Amino acid sequence: MHPALSVILFTTASGAGYGMLFWLGLLAPLGLLPIAAGFGVTASLLGLALVTFGLMSSTLHLGHPERAWRAMTQWRTSWLSREGVAALIAYMPAVLFPLLWLWQEAAGPLGFISAATAAATVVCTGMIYASLKPIRQWHNPYVLPIYLLASLFSGGACLAGVATFWNAEPWLADASVVLAVVALAAKVAYWRSIDSGVGARTPADATGLGKLGTVRSLDPPNTEENYLLREMGYRIARKHAGRLRVVAMLLGFVAPIVLLPFVPPVAAIAALLGLLVERWLFFAEATHTITLYYGRAT
Amino acid sequence: MTRPSAAAEVIDLSPVVGDEVKYTTCYMCACRCGIKVHLKDGRLRYIEGNRNHPVNKGVLCGKGSAGIMQHYSPARLHKPLLRVGERGAGEFKEIEWDEALNLATEWLGNVRATDPKRLAFFTGRDQSQSLTGWWAKQFGTPNFAAHGGFCSVNMATAGLYSIGGSFWEFGEPDWDRTKYLLMFGVAEDHDSNPIKTGLAKLKARGAKFVSLNPVQTGYSALADEFLAIRPGTDGLFVLALVHELLRTDRIDLEFLASYSNAIWLVINNPGGSDDGLFARDADGKPLAWDRTTEAPVDASTPGIRPAVVGTLTLPDGRRARPVFQLLAERYLDGKYAPDAVAERCGIPAATIRRIATELADVAFNQTIEIDQPWTDTSGRRHEKMIGRPVSMHAMRGISAHSNGFQTCRSIHLLQMLLGAIDTPGSWRYKSPYPKPIPPAAGPVGKGSNPNTMLPGMALGFPQGPQDLLLEDDGTPIRIDKAFTWDAPLAAHGMMHMVIANAWAGDPYKIDTLFMYMANMAWNSSMNPGESMRMLADKDPATGEYRIPHVIYSDAYFSETVPYADLILPDTTYLERWDCISMLDRPIGSPDGPADAIRQPVLAPDRDVRPFQDIVLELGARLQLPGFVKDDGSPAYRDYPDYIANHERTPGIGPLGGWRGTDGTAVGKGAANPDQLARYVDNQCFWRHRLPDEQLYFKHANAAYLRDAHAMGLVPNTNQIVLQLYVEPLQRFRLAAEGHGPVQPPDEKRARVRRYFDPLPIWYAPVEDTAPEQAAWPLHAITQRPSIMYHSWGSQNAWLRQIYDRNHLYMNRRTATALGIAEDDFVWVISRTGRVKGQVRLMEGVNPDTVWTWNAIGKRAGAWNLGADAPESRDGFLLNHVISEFRKEADGMLQSNSDPITGQAAWYDLRVRIEKADTAVADPRYSTLPRPPGLTAPPHLLRFNASEPA
Amino acid sequence: MTAIPPPGGKKLGLVIDLDTCVGCHACAVNCKEWNTSGHSAPLPDFDAYQAKPQGVWFNRVHSYEAGEGNDSRTVYFPRSCLHCEEPACVTVCPTGASYKRAEDGIVLVNPDTCIGCKLCSWACPYGAREFDEDAGVMKKCTLCIDRIYNTNIPEEDRVPACVATCPAQARHFGDLGDPNSAVSRLVAEREGYDLMPELGYKPVNKYLPPRERPRYAAPAEPAVESVANPFLRWIDRALSR
Repeated sequence: MHPALSVILFTTASGAGYGMLFWLGLLAPLGLLPIAAGFGVTASLLGLALVTFGLMSSTLHLGHPERAWRAMTQWRTSWLSREGVAALIAYMPAVLFPLLWLWQEAAGPLGFISAATAAATVVCTGMIYASLKPIRQWHNPYVLPIYLLASLFSGGACLAGVATFWNAEPWLADASVVLAVVALAAKVAYWRSIDSGVGARTPADATGLGKLGTVRSLDPPNTEENYLLREMGYRIARKHAGRLRVVAMLLGFVAPIVLLPFVPPVAAIAALLGLLVERWLFFAEATHTITLYYGRAT
Repeated sequence: MTRPSAAAEVIDLSPVVGDEVKYTTCYMCACRCGIKVHLKDGRLRYIEGNRNHPVNKGVLCGKGSAGIMQHYSPARLHKPLLRVGERGAGEFKEIEWDEALNLATEWLGNVRATDPKRLAFFTGRDQSQSLTGWWAKQFGTPNFAAHGGFCSVNMATAGLYSIGGSFWEFGEPDWDRTKYLLMFGVAEDHDSNPIKTGLAKLKARGAKFVSLNPVQTGYSALADEFLAIRPGTDGLFVLALVHELLRTDRIDLEFLASYSNAIWLVINNPGGSDDGLFARDADGKPLAWDRTTEAPVDASTPGIRPAVVGTLTLPDGRRARPVFQLLAERYLDGKYAPDAVAERCGIPAATIRRIATELADVAFNQTIEIDQPWTDTSGRRHEKMIGRPVSMHAMRGISAHSNGFQTCRSIHLLQMLLGAIDTPGSWRYKSPYPKPIPPAAGPVGKGSNPNTMLPGMALGFPQGPQDLLLEDDGTPIRIDKAFTWDAPLAAHGMMHMVIANAWAGDPYKIDTLFMYMANMAWNSSMNPGESMRMLADKDPATGEYRIPHVIYSDAYFSETVPYADLILPDTTYLERWDCISMLDRPIGSPDGPADAIRQPVLAPDRDVRPFQDIVLELGARLQLPGFVKDDGSPAYRDYPDYIANHERTPGIGPLGGWRGTDGTAVGKGAANPDQLARYVDNQCFWRHRLPDEQLYFKHANAAYLRDAHAMGLVPNTNQIVLQLYVEPLQRFRLAAEGHGPVQPPDEKRARVRRYFDPLPIWYAPVEDTAPEQAAWPLHAITQRPSIMYHSWGSQNAWLRQIYDRNHLYMNRRTATALGIAEDDFVWVISRTGRVKGQVRLMEGVNPDTVWTWNAIGKRAGAWNLGADAPESRDGFLLNHVISEFRKEADGMLQSNSDPITGQAAWYDLRVRIEKADTAVADPRYSTLPRPPGLTAPPHLLRFNASEPA
Repeated sequence: MTAIPPPGGKKLGLVIDLDTCVGCHACAVNCKEWNTSGHSAPLPDFDAYQAKPQGVWFNRVHSYEAGEGNDSRTVYFPRSCLHCEEPACVTVCPTGASYKRAEDGIVLVNPDTCIGCKLCSWACPYGAREFDEDAGVMKKCTLCIDRIYNTNIPEEDRVPACVATCPAQARHFGDLGDPNSAVSRLVAEREGYDLMPELGYKPVNKYLPPRERPRYAAPAEPAVESVANPFLRWIDRALSR
């Protein structure tokens, strides 16, 4: 799948942003975070900034951004619409929460609501990908959990990074380390899963001509590229993917695991950069059944 | 659960398609389907097939459907151009039509006044040869032809000398009734839509379709049985079938005796001047031997019991044998047995035997009977029409070889043995065929004198050496050397030899080369690099171009434009009148004659004129007889005026419909000035349905021949006797053996003796016998893609998205053995050159054959495509490695053609494949600059009929 | 409205006959020219005359080889929207621009409300949707909704352009929801199949498979015997002229 920069930025940034808002909204009422209002506002702002940057980035990906409001209407059936609605809803508690930071009675429930809506938004985003049957590397049981874990881990790392400036307890950073380890393990398991070829189809499957034997493309319907091949035919070579996986793992998980106990802000940045690579790979390694019709394997 | 969306779409379910509808004829290929063109605000909106048209009955292929883009092509020329730089540089200035026509008239006038044959007029893919050929005759030059010698003259001539019709344009399978179709050498065209529709019918009713082709694409994909035959060996396969049928006596001897020359007596007098000729009576009628009277008799006599075998002695003591005896002796020989040919063809012997059995089974055990009485030309009444429902079709795959004529003849032989000519379910003639064998007089070329017309048409059908176009000293009369001992039956001329011969001054220098719709500096040439060089070459002694004047007419900026001195821009097919005439390349059907016109759907938006109007105008300016009235004024205002009012012979004009002053005459009648309006009213076509009694056995159907004669389709009502044995060939052979006043030069005797066999033979394509065979182990051929017709297609904005480059296809196993993988870049190397291509592997191709799609490769800049368009950067033409010459074993240069008809032997090409280091295209020629009037085309096209593009 | 309408209306669709398709691209090109006007027009062509020509097409014709060596077949394969019964391209659409009509099952994109997020093209396993980069909206086969009910064209022409133009009779149009319709009977007779049915989209268009080629056993039956000295037969043959 073509790794569109706008979408990669969106999912990475908003993933981290919602992760931050989740942890903020959940842990602050439980007293597990610095109580300074400055922290609450800064963390919220950063979280909201990441989320907003991500959402704007994804809107730029649209052919008609001016019609984006319409995307709120089909939440009954569409994960993308649900994500839009959830994101919109999530703004309210996420904005109010820091404003009412010092008013404990209101802040608490608001925090939990903020955390819940943030999590819901992340789930919707993950489901957009996980629900797409034509892309076997996305329609994979690991995808949604990894998406959540990445959000929680990167959000936690970012929050821990901010909390550093308020001399927070190390335990958020430590928890983020645990999440990173789990996320890494899940990612490795995911890669093993997709490398095994589970769910892979052949041109024979796509065309239904398997009874005649191995099916190979003779002439494509167009000798240059077209939208389908550009959007869904992009595929990185195994060799390059392997290298980038190592980069993603080292930068996105190993470095944060190592750095979080010491310099959470740097760890957070490493996590975000690494997750950008991981997200890029998530697209680049994904194959769509349309390419079967063009004679490629998935 | 369902709630209507606030954004529920309002759709116009009944939009008006356009504000105007016009009917005309497509010209995206040679099929000539009828089209219905919708216009909106004066622009093209939609082109669809015309349901009522006899050729396509409403369907339309991908090419026809792309007509909008063909018409609005940015490659269209805009105004007459005069060359200002060197030839090949592509520097022109725009001039007015008057100046252009004055210049052309001046050049042509000089030629006519000094030596008319120094005009070479070649009209490529054009289909108005009856006008252009007549113009050439009135001008007085024998140097005229269209593209047939380059294309499929083998197939056409073999048929016209054997059965009075031929595959493709003059005949077709009985699509509604045939039970078995054997198809040779057809990729996907010739014809296009009728074959597709026909095959669909066959599949629907379970008829068997067998396809022989080295490559499994196009129609072969639909075949019930596909045989990946080695190129050039189809004739061997067919003669093996003939062997089988004779061996097992599964032939229709009654049919042969009644309708062919099987019973005609052939003189057996080795060394004598009548050896191998028919024994004839005092009136020149061929003789047969009547078993009842044990005496020779006029073979057309009804009621005799003819001998088909034996050696008979004529009253004058000469010995003679029936044609059938000779035929049987020859093909029963073991060398034609399936086992003897299998390896050569690449088809197992068991398969050949089985197919022979299948053919015979269908022909003789699954006959069709139609309860329709008919009377033959002997006066015998038949109560039914008995059909042998085996049909055949063949095209360029067998034609474009140096053995194509004899190969196609052998297919006709097979048809005749099966009794499967124009019977229900077999192959049928398309009107105006059948015609007498051969259909017209010999070619005319002698007597070319200043300001004098020729006494006859330049192209014709020789009956013997006396019809060759040779001066008394043996010099060829034609610049392409057609109708000489190099190519005696070159009935379509030899376009591919013109430039080389003109450059060399062999047999003589010409003054003006006038080309129309012939991209002879590119894909309509073998070895285009050489053609380009020759067109631009100057004689060092004089500093003048070796070919002094080149005039070129085309609608588009093709690769040939830069090599012309004067460009006369043509309209597109939607901007003009035209006629698809029975005098030309007809669109008749087996059920009756038909013809059609084109009418202008749009007026040209640039300063161009229809070529035929130019031909008429030049004819008038040059005062050619027939083109001017007695007072010297133009005889015709324009082409439509000519179409309606010209009579080639009394009562016969370009169009057969609505003739006579009242418009009721069919086929023959006085000119009707209102004729074109009648055609336009009838959606631009005319058809005449024959009565049921006349639908079959037309070659011997008395009622058919009577009416055909009345309509002017045939010159008399005589039976057209199918020729198993083609006597004219024997006359050439006798000349080679030293008889008669016109004989070949000594160095050509052996060649004529060998190839001019009056019965079909098979010989390996000449290239296969050339020295060092091992160096060129693979056959290399091309096929036409379904979506393109020569170089016209790949400039089309829509069609080029389907193909803008071509690959070299190789058999996977063969490639692997050579260490070549998919997508590798390789050199295709022939005796004469090399070209680079990218490999694609496939299964369905003869293991010893490589191939590519033709005419996709273009020269950079041509057709107003971007300089780095894939057509020029990645596409390649196999033409670059084919030469129009071939070196014979004795070192002599011979035309790379069939020795009988001069057909360009494209598919004889032998190559080897070697990996290439780089992907850079090779050869690659300099980018052609845009001629004046053309502008850089847009990058983004959003074609919408309501808005300007 | 991206909810899938309840079943009960017609199921209009196409039947593609892979046994008679000759790969001539007539359907693809005719569709392109029909759609120069009407519901989704104009369709763009980028680099139309330059180095990377590509445009938006609703129908594309692939060619394949299936099998090996002498058993290999060449199969031409037109691919366009299958107007599925349960199309994910409709349910994933966030705006409702992608919708399925209740009355005839045609799946359409409303070019006025599409936001161009491209998700529907990801959801379609068959590549039926192509994005118009110039207009910023998704486009696809409309089953010629501007022809099939069009009272301004003759009744016999009220079929999709691709069906009307196909020279090889390889395309058929009708109500696949009516078991007695001509298309349904054709599907039953020829064992028409769905593409990738396991994905659960329930495509309405059906493909008719290429018919099997007869296999010829090595000749166990004796070859037809030669006629001993056929010339003798032919001498005696009582022919009349």
